[in-house]
Amino acid sequence: MRRPAPREIVVVGASLAGLRTAEALRAQGFTGSLTIVGAEPHLPYDRPPLSKQVLTAQPDPPGTALPLPAALDARWLLGRPAVGLDLTARTVLLSDGTRLPYDGLVLATGSAARGTPAALAVPPRGVLTLRGLDDALALRAALLPGRRLVVVGAGFLGGEVAAAARQRGLDVTLVEAAAQPLDRAIGSAAGTYVGDLHRAAGIDLRTRTTVTGFRAGANGHVTAVELTTGDTVRADVVLLALGSVPATGWLAGSGMAVDGGVHCDPYLRALRSDGSVVDGVVAAGDVARVPQPLADGARLTLGHWTNAVEQGAAAAATLLATGTPAPFTTVPSFWSDLHGARIRSVGLPAAADEARIVEHDLAGRHLEVAYHRRGRLVGALTIGRTARLAAYRTVLRDHSKPAQKPASAA
Amino acid sequence: MHITVDMNLCESHGQCVFAAPDIFSFDDEDYLAYDAAPADALRDRAEKAAAVCPVRAITVSAGAS
Ligand SMILES: Cc1cc2nc3c(=O)[nH]c(=O)nc-3n(C[C@H](O)[C@H](O)[C@H](O)COP(=O)(O)OP(=O)(O)OC[C@H]3O[C@@H](n4cnc5c(N)ncnc54)[C@H](O)[C@@H]3O)c2cc1C
Ligand code: SF4
Repeated sequence: MRRPAPREIVVVGASLAGLRTAEALRAQGFTGSLTIVGAEPHLPYDRPPLSKQVLTAQPDPPGTALPLPAALDARWLLGRPAVGLDLTARTVLLSDGTRLPYDGLVLATGSAARGTPAALAVPPRGVLTLRGLDDALALRAALLPGRRLVVVGAGFLGGEVAAAARQRGLDVTLVEAAAQPLDRAIGSAAGTYVGDLHRAAGIDLRTRTTVTGFRAGANGHVTAVELTTGDTVRADVVLLALGSVPATGWLAGSGMAVDGGVHCDPYLRALRSDGSVVDGVVAAGDVARVPQPLADGARLTLGHWTNAVEQGAAAAATLLATGTPAPFTTVPSFWSDLHGARIRSVGLPAAADEARIVEHDLAGRHLEVAYHRRGRLVGALTIGRTARLAAYRTVLRDHSKPAQKPASAA
Repeated sequence: MHITVDMNLCESHGQCVFAAPDIFSFDDEDYLAYDAAPADALRDRAEKAAAVCPVRAITVSAGAS
């Protein structure tokens, strides 16, 4: 099927995925008009440092701006979120009433921090979340040596903030509902390893524990956190690190399938609720829910930096393709830095049903785990052994090719 | 083509090794080694490697190899 190339492209979401898609559109020859809409007042910046160097660097936090290519030639509409999408009229509605017509649309609104659990009352002041630059600077300002921080949720983000605060000289309690940190993400062996790193750094890690309430002083500021164990932990600052939710609220009622992220086909084209392709609309980054060959084709969102970068390039190619585009089959990867340990991963450890420990050396800070699903390699994770990931990735790349025949062996 | 990697920035993410294994590799201690003057035919791969480096440590520039 051939269709005309778009002349007027709107990108919604002015962060990593949106910027990389815009860059790729220009690099791939798009010369029409390009408008980038962002909810935040900021030009695109990088988020991984927000839970790391932005919290620890002294005396000043490092800059996080993403470089803008000189030849981008884009119109930036910042500080006004998109609030609606009309697929029939092909317009995006902004919060200030502006209607932007498009013939190509990129959905790159990422995700937001999951808020306070419904079971808990509105939290007092000093109970924070972390997703954006402003959140990170507020958290940084609150992390004063000698203070007490309680982090709720020992995932990557919560663990990194706990580690950063410990490095800054705070008393840190890390509360986790599961038996180990990162249990679902990387399995119990690697999760236990990470838990051991936290404890060795002097963090009070409380697993199989959740928060039942907050206490506040007369000034309305948090003073303590109440736990399911019956314990009360004193706190000057609390970070809720309960995961993230795809930012699809503005697409409600548009007719698109957006539960758990923007549903996409293997070409990153957005889908309607009835499963049909929305012509001229693609998604990239944290918001995109894309079939994953390593998870038997299940549609997953992946909240990882590299995913946003690689999907950006692929989404641009799909949008500009006049014939059949190429499916997106890149092997996922992510990283996390904890207490000086460089956690690096390829594939989809979370999709595994078995984790094989190849090397486990806590003192030497080495770890190598291979993840399998029904006997087939679906991921790998290392600490201090990044060199070994390339070989795993080569195997995973073969496993990520669209299956020629169902259930390929190996 | 010339390649430089700012080793003060490099955090051994390995993305460049995945994208352009002909140019980038690791030693046993995860220290990055690379060919500073690869053949021009590898330009696309070198630029892909620079684009996927999370800390933007890689610079690719024109010049005789
Ligand atoms: C603190 C932190 C640390 C991280 N560390 C790592 C790490 O170590 N390794 C790793 O692999 N990944 C990490 N990540 C994940 C990585 O940063 C994300 O995968 C990446 O930012 C995704 O890019 P994105 O553009 O899809 O989404 P985002 O970066 O979330 O950007 C989406 C943008 O869209 C805007 N937006 C939302 N709704 C609207 C709307 N209606 N209209 C207009 N604009 C809108 C948002 O304001 C935002 O600017 C981290 C994330 C965070 C928050
Ligand atoms: S991708 Fe960047 S950080 Fe990673 S090894 Fe290569 S140069 Fe270093």
